[in-house]
Amino acid sequence: MAVSTSNQKRKVVINPVTRVEGHGKVTIQLDENGHVERTRFHIIEFRGFERFVQGRMYWEAPIIVQRLCGICPVSHHLAASKAMDVVAGVDQVSPTAEKMRRLMHYGQTYQSHALHFFHLASPDLLFGFDAPVEKRNVLAVLAEYPDVARKAVLMRQYGQEVIKATSGKKIHGTGSLPGGVNKNLGAAERDTLQARVDTMIEWAVEGLELCKTITKADLDKLVKFGSFESNFMSIVAEDGCMDLYDGKLRVIDADGEKIFDQVAPADYLDYIEEEVRPWSYMKFPFIKSLGKEKGWYRVGPLARVNACDYIDTPIAEKERQEFMALGGGRPVHATMAYHWARMIETVHAAEKMKELLADPDLQGTELRRKGERRNRGVAWIEAPRGTLFHHYEVDEQDKITLANLIVSTTNNNEAMNEAVRVIADQYLDGKEITEGLLNHIEVGIRAYDPCLSCATHALGQMRLQVRLTDARGHLIDEKLRG
Amino acid sequence: MSNEKMTILIDGVAVEATEGQTILQAAADAGIYIPRLCNHKDLLPGGHCRICTVKINGRPGSSCTFPVADGLVIENDTDELNAMRRAIVEMLFVEGNHYCPSCEASGNCELQALGYRLGMINPEYPYQEPKNEIDATHDDVYIDRDRCVLCGRCARASVQLDGKRVFGFDGRGLGTRIAVNSPDGLGGTNLSVDDRAATICPTGCLRVKGQGPDIPVGQRAYDSTPIGSDIERKQTVKQAT
Repeated sequence: MAVSTSNQKRKVVINPVTRVEGHGKVTIQLDENGHVERTRFHIIEFRGFERFVQGRMYWEAPIIVQRLCGICPVSHHLAASKAMDVVAGVDQVSPTAEKMRRLMHYGQTYQSHALHFFHLASPDLLFGFDAPVEKRNVLAVLAEYPDVARKAVLMRQYGQEVIKATSGKKIHGTGSLPGGVNKNLGAAERDTLQARVDTMIEWAVEGLELCKTITKADLDKLVKFGSFESNFMSIVAEDGCMDLYDGKLRVIDADGEKIFDQVAPADYLDYIEEEVRPWSYMKFPFIKSLGKEKGWYRVGPLARVNACDYIDTPIAEKERQEFMALGGGRPVHATMAYHWARMIETVHAAEKMKELLADPDLQGTELRRKGERRNRGVAWIEAPRGTLFHHYEVDEQDKITLANLIVSTTNNNEAMNEAVRVIADQYLDGKEITEGLLNHIEVGIRAYDPCLSCATHALGQMRLQVRLTDARGHLIDEKLRG
Repeated sequence: MSNEKMTILIDGVAVEATEGQTILQAAADAGIYIPRLCNHKDLLPGGHCRICTVKINGRPGSSCTFPVADGLVIENDTDELNAMRRAIVEMLFVEGNHYCPSCEASGNCELQALGYRLGMINPEYPYQEPKNEIDATHDDVYIDRDRCVLCGRCARASVQLDGKRVFGFDGRGLGTRIAVNSPDGLGGTNLSVDDRAATICPTGCLRVKGQGPDIPVGQRAYDSTPIGSDIERKQTVKQAT
């Protein structure tokens, strides 16, 4: 509903964003001329895990913090385990432990990316951003593209089976512990997974082809949609190879030049700072050397594909090269390219699972190592939505005294605000919040992240709305969803 | 103790017992499980938790402390008694902070397993949400009193099996808590990680440090069979028809 005011400035709010896990709120503020002045993508949900773990024993962290999320608990489980490896004095876990964790992580990447692309994003791409609401969901995909939907469900199932085989449960398992893991992969479990892994690669490639076909068919629109230039952050291996499980931090600028590279986890505070803004429970991290204004960056599939020098699995590497050609020698900046990059990673995860399943180290028996206790542990991992930092301080009695988690969505916070601003600028028509605008903002947010629930740091309500306000902050229009 | 044999009737089934046994022991020998929590086969009975309450000739009594006598008529697996036991377990849950999803004892915890066995869905009583600091002053063992059910196993084990007096009860009524015999906490006691007391806790309260959930899901004590199954597997008596 439009609200007229004596004043020319107005604000738009979209709430809630559907098909996004968790809740958010979008505020669009207009200037005196009715142009978008700024947008705020508020995250107004509270998790509080950094406080919950204080006073708990350090080996409990991997099983406590994974409860942040039901979609990517494995990322938190493993990031906490890796940080607590450091605390337990274990610099290198056994080959069996490392490979079990990697397999768990690729299983998670595979199922989470499949969920993100097929279940949450594909309705926008298959039916159009302005399709009626009843069509923009996975059930409509099931009705009109039954083969795509069926494979999507089975791809998720496979990823979840991998997680179960490595962690004991499909959701919130206990496989990884400080210093290693609590089980190896039995021969029977391996055989069951191996029997289907080639099909999983094949289906991932089909998903990628679908994504490419849709994208190429509407390339001009999709390349411009909600797009902007930014820095990109990702973990890479020592030689610059994509590594979703472990490595050092690299940040490149909008031209692809390295801002820094091979930064170790323990040094992250020398390079990254977090800003708290009063209107969001989510912090805004930035690269210290560039400052708050210019230091923000993007993480996630697009950042990883842009930042790495190569991918060490053949199909994904070939696809990476084709993808990078879009940028013409520079990184690809399009918001909607996240989906394409996501599907390249899905293929990569499947190829990696095949490689690991053939490795006899998974049947090894050295599960856990011990070392000399330390008081600080920092680790990171490339979670499906992007780089995830876990930092813990532990006292002499083994109790956690401090936890700082910078989750993927937090790393993408400024970028998602920017995407919403660009889309509002492109699609806000007059003084009313149209269905079209709502839909487009949602599509933009979904390209980055369907998960907001894990990313907040203070207590708040759990609603999302879109508000349009004037320059003085007076409400002009408001829409609620969900 | 003499070895005089006698017969008691448990839920209509004739069970052979030996003089000096408790009802709980005689039932267990016959493969009949009477739910219990504070009881432990290596410890003298404490009679603290009352979960093993049965009806003895029509009157309630704790089967872990009540000696057998020829001709006793025992009611055990009845709706009334199981509802009472479930209520006790629920009260134990709400008195502490038993967050099974993130507890390292999950799957091996006798309290959790009793909750499952007795069909506890969600406690009907209000959560007390106690606030207790973990006592991690000992190098190898820690106490999370939020998970204590005051079963007293650690206290009995310390005296009866370890020849020490590390643990005891402090306070009364709702204020009762497990205490240690040092003002400096567990670290000030002579508890050793090798003591039986260190590993006899039925919940996640008294734990050896650094273990975490080291037994994989699927291989934990109560992952595939309910608590008491070990006793029921050796059942030697036939159900009365």
